[in-house]
Amino acid sequence: MYGQGIARGLLVTMKHIARSYMDDIRYAGRKYSGEGNFGARQGMQATGSYTVQYPDEKIAVPERFRFIPFLIVEDHDHPERPGHDWCTSCGICAKVCPPQCIWIVRGKNPQTGRPVPEPDAFYIDIDICMNCGYCSEFCPFDAIKMDHDYELASYDRTSAHIFDKQKLSKEMSHWKRIAPTTALEEMQARGGWEHKDILREKAKAERAAARARKSASKQSS
Amino acid sequence: MDVVADKTQLDISASVELLRERWPDAISHDNRDGFSGIIVDPAQLDDVALAMRDELGFDYLSSVTGVDYLGVADHMEVVYHAYRTSGGPALVFKAQTGRDDPRVPSLVSVWPGADFQEREAYDLYGIHFEGHPDLRRILLWDGFDGHPLRKDWQEAYYEEEHKPFDSRWPGGQVYRAEEKNVFGKNVKYPDDFDLGRLNDVSESDLYQGLGLGVDVQALDSDGLRTDRLVVNLGPHHPSTHGVFRMVVTLDGETIASLDPVMGYLHRNHEKIGERNSFLHNLPFTDRLDYISSMSNNLGYALAVEQLLSQGARYSPPTYRAECLRVLMVELTRIVNHLWSLGFLLNDLGAFFTPMLYANNEREKILDFFEATAGSRLMCNYMRFAGVYRDIPERIRSVANLVNDKVRDYNTMDYLTEMVNERLPRFLDEYDTLLTRNEILRERTVGVGVLLPEDAIALSTCGPLLRASGVPYDVRRADPYSIYPELDFDIPIGKNGDIYDRFLVRFQEMRESVRILRQILPRLERSQGEEVMSKVAHTPRVPVGEAYGRVENPKGELGYYVVSEGDPKGPQNPWRYHVRAPSFINLTALGPMCVGHKVADVVTILGSIDIVLGETDR
Repeated sequence: MYGQGIARGLLVTMKHIARSYMDDIRYAGRKYSGEGNFGARQGMQATGSYTVQYPDEKIAVPERFRFIPFLIVEDHDHPERPGHDWCTSCGICAKVCPPQCIWIVRGKNPQTGRPVPEPDAFYIDIDICMNCGYCSEFCPFDAIKMDHDYELASYDRTSAHIFDKQKLSKEMSHWKRIAPTTALEEMQARGGWEHKDILREKAKAERAAARARKSASKQSS
Repeated sequence: MDVVADKTQLDISASVELLRERWPDAISHDNRDGFSGIIVDPAQLDDVALAMRDELGFDYLSSVTGVDYLGVADHMEVVYHAYRTSGGPALVFKAQTGRDDPRVPSLVSVWPGADFQEREAYDLYGIHFEGHPDLRRILLWDGFDGHPLRKDWQEAYYEEEHKPFDSRWPGGQVYRAEEKNVFGKNVKYPDDFDLGRLNDVSESDLYQGLGLGVDVQALDSDGLRTDRLVVNLGPHHPSTHGVFRMVVTLDGETIASLDPVMGYLHRNHEKIGERNSFLHNLPFTDRLDYISSMSNNLGYALAVEQLLSQGARYSPPTYRAECLRVLMVELTRIVNHLWSLGFLLNDLGAFFTPMLYANNEREKILDFFEATAGSRLMCNYMRFAGVYRDIPERIRSVANLVNDKVRDYNTMDYLTEMVNERLPRFLDEYDTLLTRNEILRERTVGVGVLLPEDAIALSTCGPLLRASGVPYDVRRADPYSIYPELDFDIPIGKNGDIYDRFLVRFQEMRESVRILRQILPRLERSQGEEVMSKVAHTPRVPVGEAYGRVENPKGELGYYVVSEGDPKGPQNPWRYHVRAPSFINLTALGPMCVGHKVADVVTILGSIDIVLGETDR
């Protein structure tokens, strides 16, 4: 019969309308509370619709979400190297950057003029950055990571959109907080929560100490 | 008859031998290292092409593109990839011409699908295709000076020949490109060009040949004085899905002719690609067809893998990596078709109900993409010989603020539930909502018909081609990844109208779900396998050419990549060409629209399913 298709389609629409109310009734009074409610209402079992009231509410982004890189520095309450850069200014991130938005001035020892493993300056032009994540993927020192903060609009792009080292630097604990699983995996690959170079030096010192102990025990015996 | 039937079954080398026997002087093998195919003398190109099409059965011209070998061999080259719609590999043939006055005969008379692609090569390389019916610029505006893809052409904000730029490290004092290179200083205009007269100059060519100013009386059949009217649909119009313009000549309300105008979003993706290193290009491919970035990645990765596999120290992607690739690509197909069907209905006036229902499901897939690849649209997930990372154990987010909404799902459960329950349930519901709807059928059945012969001749691809009844799908015709071991059907249409395209897309989603059901157990089985072999940030790509193609949701996406120079040094693709399905499918827009009402234009365009990021590149 002509018109049947439309009628059937309208039934589907009616069902959708009903569902959206059903869900609100099912979760009555628990919209803003209750562990896991949001996940259930946006998950595979969800039937109705649920509107997130941005910017009052936000959907937390998953761990691997990537937006504008940041530089990892040692925590400010670190006993030995508070606030020390993880970056060694090796320049790999600047080379793999597809739109070439990373600028690095390699650190130099003012006396000898020889390069030292830390950047003198580090800039990222966030207007140009395409959030591909290559810098963090290829960084051999886990020193540059992708951030979760996506609200970067400003009134003046010419002054506010070139991030310098100070603005880019964030503590290691920030990375542990926003990406716990990835941070843990990286720690396991490095062999400790410290910087790769520090770990290597520590291992070296330990070996030396072990040798010293060995020779000392030999002498004493 | 027997002889002819045999010839269309010949494999590539036998076909080439046959052609060489007939034209021993005009055809030679391409003997350069890493290159394949034949080089045809431009003088004989017409005849050879005709023989390829009519006798050997290469009825489908996939890609036409130019390459500028300045400094390598000092000639220009036009590269053609012709296929049989019955399947099989490409017959690659090339025509070489000097750089000063490059001229090659046009093949539009043999394969009408070459139309836009030859115009593009003319636009970007300045190669004259003799005999082309309408050789105008296509992506750039008519007053533009120069041909940007030539190797000696430098773009505005030019910095260096190749990335990475030396100014970034170790003495990287930041500056903005526009500070050093003020816009306007390095833009060249032709000598006789007057910016004030821009409109007259650039548009007169376009309006010529639209049948304007012709015999008014001849149109007047009932004694009524009528005139043809030119209407510009777009570039700023919601129904054009981007900045796209159609210059339509109307006879009353009927379309007399339609001329697509594009290039408003042109950024010379290919020139950027040649400045980039091989790895740099991957995230740029996301920005082509931004609805289905995963498949774009895959096409480029396949092309470069073809090159890499010629060299030493290359290990192909592991089985798990291949499974993940297919998983992502098929999810992308569903994403894309949900989007395109939703918007097709929007174009028809079913304002946003079907669109939002479809988007609701699309969001679920994008959530998975975001948790795995790190981004919803610009996934940048595929790598050479692998994928970025394995799927995470849990799709989980961490709250930063009090009001942050947090989710936590087991990824495999999420996928299993989506593939086995949610998507099939949704597709059934969507089917009830739309397929039998009388208004939809009234508006789409018999509208925008494309006959199978025309569809093949015009080099259309994807659902557009299959809706016309041509069962051509790259996944079957020229399989890649693990598609040969998967069980799926190629849905085709009968009439080639909009309704058939709708049905084909619908059926393709069901087939994708069927593929995904086969992928999930494979993922379980291959748990724990590496997904990425160690890839250096400067992969050493052997010299040669490769054409990687995939069945994108919108059609056949091809990447023609040429590697030149020393594989030991920093390397950039010498040529990086994208055979964009949306762009080439538009060749069929004009012929499909003629004779229909102006309101149908929007629907016909919607049924092609274009994305301007890819069309304009």
